[in-house]
Amino acid sequence: MTVETAAEPVLELGGIQRTYLTGEVEVSALSDVNLRVERGEYVSIVGPSGSGKSTLLNILGLLDRPTGGSYRFEGVEVAGLDENTRTAIRGRRIGFVFQAFHLLSHRSVAENVGLSMLYTGVPAKERDERAREALAAVGLGHRADFTPTRLSGGERQRVAIARAIVAEPAVLLADEPTGNLDSKTSAAILELFDELRAGGLTIVMITHDNSVAARADRSVRIRDGRLTELGAGAHAAEQLEAGA
Amino acid sequence: MRLPRISLPGRGRRGVPDAVVAGASGATGVGTAPAVSDLPGVHPTALSWRDLTSEAVAGLASRPARTLLTVLGTVLGISALVATVGIAQTAGNRIVGSFSELEATSVVVTNETGFWGGNTRTAFPRDVEDRIGRLNGVTAVGVLGTVPMGENYASAVQLDDPSGLNTFQIDVYAASPGLLDAVKGEIRMGRWFDSGHETRADDVVVLGPAAAQRLGVYRVDQQPVIFLGEKPFVVMGILRDVARQPQLLDAIIMPEATARKHFDYQSASTVQIDVALGAAQLIGKQAPIALNPDDPTVYRVRIPPSADSLRNRVEGDVNSLFLILGGVSLLVGAIGIANVTLVSVLERVGEIGLRRAVGARRRHIATQFLVESTAMGLVGGIIGATLGILVIVVISATREWTPVLSPLIPVAAPLLGAATGLLAGIYPSLRAASLEPVDALRAGT
Repeated sequence: MTVETAAEPVLELGGIQRTYLTGEVEVSALSDVNLRVERGEYVSIVGPSGSGKSTLLNILGLLDRPTGGSYRFEGVEVAGLDENTRTAIRGRRIGFVFQAFHLLSHRSVAENVGLSMLYTGVPAKERDERAREALAAVGLGHRADFTPTRLSGGERQRVAIARAIVAEPAVLLADEPTGNLDSKTSAAILELFDELRAGGLTIVMITHDNSVAARADRSVRIRDGRLTELGAGAHAAEQLEAGA
Repeated sequence: MRLPRISLPGRGRRGVPDAVVAGASGATGVGTAPAVSDLPGVHPTALSWRDLTSEAVAGLASRPARTLLTVLGTVLGISALVATVGIAQTAGNRIVGSFSELEATSVVVTNETGFWGGNTRTAFPRDVEDRIGRLNGVTAVGVLGTVPMGENYASAVQLDDPSGLNTFQIDVYAASPGLLDAVKGEIRMGRWFDSGHETRADDVVVLGPAAAQRLGVYRVDQQPVIFLGEKPFVVMGILRDVARQPQLLDAIIMPEATARKHFDYQSASTVQIDVALGAAQLIGKQAPIALNPDDPTVYRVRIPPSADSLRNRVEGDVNSLFLILGGVSLLVGAIGIANVTLVSVLERVGEIGLRRAVGARRRHIATQFLVESTAMGLVGGIIGATLGILVIVVISATREWTPVLSPLIPVAAPLLGAATGLLAGIYPSLRAASLEPVDALRAGT
């Protein structure tokens, strides 16, 4: 089995299943999910709440294990890896952006950004330098020594994005990144995603908002734990409209 | 809104090509768990001690008021313990210090039969002063015995007085020449009898000051005479004071030979020995052997308690009570730390989830909270030890005592505090480590 490295997709799900046991009853959150995300792609996963999109994101982010199927991350089968290895891949190769930002309110913005390099052996001084570079890249260089409590919602999400990209992950997983923001701020954040995409970053974004989903290269609809490809660009937007 | 042109930070410090994990050659199916080393490019995550410490300090510093209040419990416990130990040691030292040289240098051997009687008395040999005086460490020795007087009362003048107003019932003791030094006695006037009086069995007596007053004897230069029964005795001296055997102060004292000659006096009942400081224990062992080598156990020996045993007893009494109090406050402090650390874990569920997402392993989470609780205990221990020492010094200063504290205490107290914090942090840390990252991220903000 020889695979050309460059052609290796970043993520490849094959027949992923995830079932939960609630008492005696088995509830299926994901069934037979197949998804392939190429390097540099910007993919949105859109679906209503309860459709299983958070479960999918948790599995993609190695925060949760599938109950069946295969998950290849950068060509390596990760579904059966031990906890510590999964933690290492998560810490080194995946960047997370959450709807709730998850910033430490008592630490400075630069420390918050540097946190994603704390466990990967980057020395403190280099962490600080790279955090400030990343903050400059998202337009918050002047806020590096503030605490997050003094920032607006849009600025907080930029800090979270800086934190997600500072360790140069293979993929950025964003979970409703605009869910807590007003439309104007959302637009600016989405613009930032566009620029990150242009810079070569692979992005997987989960959203319930069709207009947000339409900004991606490619959209995938999830409903009742099943995925449907919607294609790209105008075609996808049409289908998103139809589905809404 | 204008955005700067995005270029990923780091500029190829860990570029894309070498970041690609293994050309899929080692890919394995679900169910097997290859070790990290099988996956080149994915090193296990780690947390250096330095980073761990700074994270823990930052965690504590982010809630300073709460941290201080939590530390307070340990401070109270440790300071109570240190102050207790210190005060006990100070008091122990003080008691030993005031423990008089007089008592420490006195050894008394008696042939009393004990409270219930029973045993036959074993008489002391006649050459007690020789036998004991030879022992190294003895500075003076003398014997003392009660002279049975029967109906022979003491009087200063022979009068046939039916009312009996001029006769006194005064104790009469027989003593050896060495007794005066052995009881550290002082003569007010005249002198104490010597071995010549003893040898000749002269009819002489020495009066205690109270006895002299009762008998109306105020001077001895005219060789006054007193009567015991009808026998006259010359008063050759009057005592000023004795440091031991105070019954001599109101007594008539005569040489042993004189007592044997005139009264039914058999043998002394008490051997009073004055020893050099520190020799009491040794002489206490040797004296009965010297007096009766056949069976030294027939005599009863009274020696002063050794300084060490006295100090230990005092410290033991003080310690056992207050150590319990200190221990209880320390326990309360530990529960406080455990409680607050647990609350802190529950409050920081989101942070825990985030740390797991950026590569923290369970043990990194656990050690962070453990270090936080241990640090609180350590700080509490340091402050507590300081306060405890301050308490000892202040108490000593007000009482004009010399503060005494084992040098081990200021070192051990902070360690004890740290151990308390460590123990208190175990359960909350395990709780924190057991959180699933998915749940933690969902629950936290």
